Amino acid sequence: MKQQIPLVLVFVFGVLLAIQYFVPSEPSQRFYEVALDGLTVIGIFAMVLGIWSQIHVGYNKIKRRAEDWQYSVVTLVSMFGMAFCGLSFMGGLNGPIFRQLYNNIFIPIQAAIFSLLAFYIASASYRAFRARSAVSTVLLVAALLLMLRVIPTGPLADPINQIGSWMLMVPNMAAKRAILIGVGLGSVATALKIVLGIERSYLGKD
Amino acid sequence: MKYIILLFLTCLSLCLSQALLAQTASSDPPAEAALVPSEPPAPPSNVRVSDLANDDGHGIRVTWDLSPDDGAGRSSVISYDIYRTLNPNDPDSLWKKVGTVVLGVRTYADRGEREPGSGSYLPKHTNLYYRVYAVGAGVRSAVATAGPAQATDDWFNTMKVPELIFCLVFLVLTVRFINMAKKGIDLYVRPLAGIEAIDEAIGRATEMGKPILYVLGIGTAGDIATIASFTVLGRVARKVAEYQTSMIVPCCDPVVMTIAQETVKTGYADAGRPDAYKEDSVYYVTSQQFPFVAAVNGTILREKPATNIYLGYFAAESLLLAETGVLAGSIQIAGTDQVSQLPFFVVACDYTLLGEELYAASAYLGREPLLLGTLKAQDYLKAIVLVCMVALLALRMITGADVISKPFDAPWW
Repeated sequence: MKQQIPLVLVFVFGVLLAIQYFVPSEPSQRFYEVALDGLTVIGIFAMVLGIWSQIHVGYNKIKRRAEDWQYSVVTLVSMFGMAFCGLSFMGGLNGPIFRQLYNNIFIPIQAAIFSLLAFYIASASYRAFRARSAVSTVLLVAALLLMLRVIPTGPLADPINQIGSWMLMVPNMAAKRAILIGVGLGSVATALKIVLGIERSYLGKD
Repeated sequence: MKYIILLFLTCLSLCLSQALLAQTASSDPPAEAALVPSEPPAPPSNVRVSDLANDDGHGIRVTWDLSPDDGAGRSSVISYDIYRTLNPNDPDSLWKKVGTVVLGVRTYADRGEREPGSGSYLPKHTNLYYRVYAVGAGVRSAVATAGPAQATDDWFNTMKVPELIFCLVFLVLTVRFINMAKKGIDLYVRPLAGIEAIDEAIGRATEMGKPILYVLGIGTAGDIATIASFTVLGRVARKVAEYQTSMIVPCCDPVVMTIAQETVKTGYADAGRPDAYKEDSVYYVTSQQFPFVAAVNGTILREKPATNIYLGYFAAESLLLAETGVLAGSIQIAGTDQVSQLPFFVVACDYTLLGEELYAASAYLGREPLLLGTLKAQDYLKAIVLVCMVALLALRMITGADVISKPFDAPWW
């Protein structure tokens, strides 16, 4: 029963939504909107489970004094602190304390994590562009040309720009499209497997 | 001294003269900027209105023949204004302007809202009248009216016939290959190095006594990549349970976490070790992208997992996670259907599943006839798409006609 009901629901909604894609009428559009709303509602209920998981994992670490348990204290204090500051009597989400914490702590930390990407690109490129084989040499040459394309190179600017554009628009685009076609077909195949009940991994059993 | 004073006075007079000149120039309106209403352009003719095809019943298509002054004659047309009303006898003030199109355009799709309260509401099954004006410089033409027309909804989108054919062909191929696989006919699947490396990676983790980190990405449970990843997660969980090692599964979405918990639990049960499953091994972190990265990177650097598996939907965090894994010295297996993230995984990970290989992983691991059948159907459909593309390209090169995009602009049957 635990397997059958979800399978029937997936089949019914899968077929209905597949039909809905081809039917533009008003009832069909309304059905789609209701289905999307349902998804949002399920997501909100699941958020409760997520928060509970966060508390449970953090609390257990602190209780057992597991290694690096102090991080869990920071996590839980931050979570409850932000939630408290966002309550209506504290001014809600637009309240001064919540805004201060959000703008001056959360956003800069987030930006700092994102900025690491620049350094990681450099270190990853260094490893990737070492000419150890014919393929990595091709990669190195292609990358060099593309890097030269965005810096002033005087009389060489035009030919380098043309070669760079050709590499982006022809071999690179062809490879990207090949992968995209495969991804598109794979998506349809996976969707079909799920709707027909062939793929059941989402039920917790493969 | 007198020379200095002379020089100063000269400079001062020059500055003053420049300022005066500039003031004079700005006060005189340029001749070309003056908007002199010209003679009104000739109105558009033969205005027709009809229900907008393939819509939800809240759209009308307005079509007209261009004004004689549009690109010809006096060439005075700049744009066309389209107005709508319920009663053709309404005064001008009650006609509602619904759109403007530039010169040379002969049609306008008036797509209204469904809700009566909204400003751009367009009622269904109601007589509607339209006016089209040709607009010149500060003037507009005499009116051209048309109507009535009623908006009705359609029960099949004829523009989606190619997609329907594609789906039906795929369905037929899938059923055929599933039947072939069920009969025991061997269906070859090319080796996927990334998937074959999973067992080896789990063995390495067991030898080192370190955990395996499995990241499902930042997608939701509705993303195909995440669903494909669940299948691999189930297999990895079973192997992990068999080898009696441990795994960490941080999740970015609470629904994904719930499914992942169930999948891992089932994997442990299938391996005959349900008692070894730890609920805390699959946990929710946050739905925010970079806080999730911070948490997972922290876990990687603290726990130093022997193997990191990144399968699912990834965006900018792909390289942030993979490079941290390199710093931690982990073996890394990645796979995503996000083309823009694949280069990052390729340079930073030991094995990468490219695009559809991620979807094929479940069939490759399971070797079940049903899954192999869909995989084979997918391959054959890809071949059909390839043949169609080459044929259309050749046809275009030979005939010069736009046979590639034209059939998709409007129904060709």
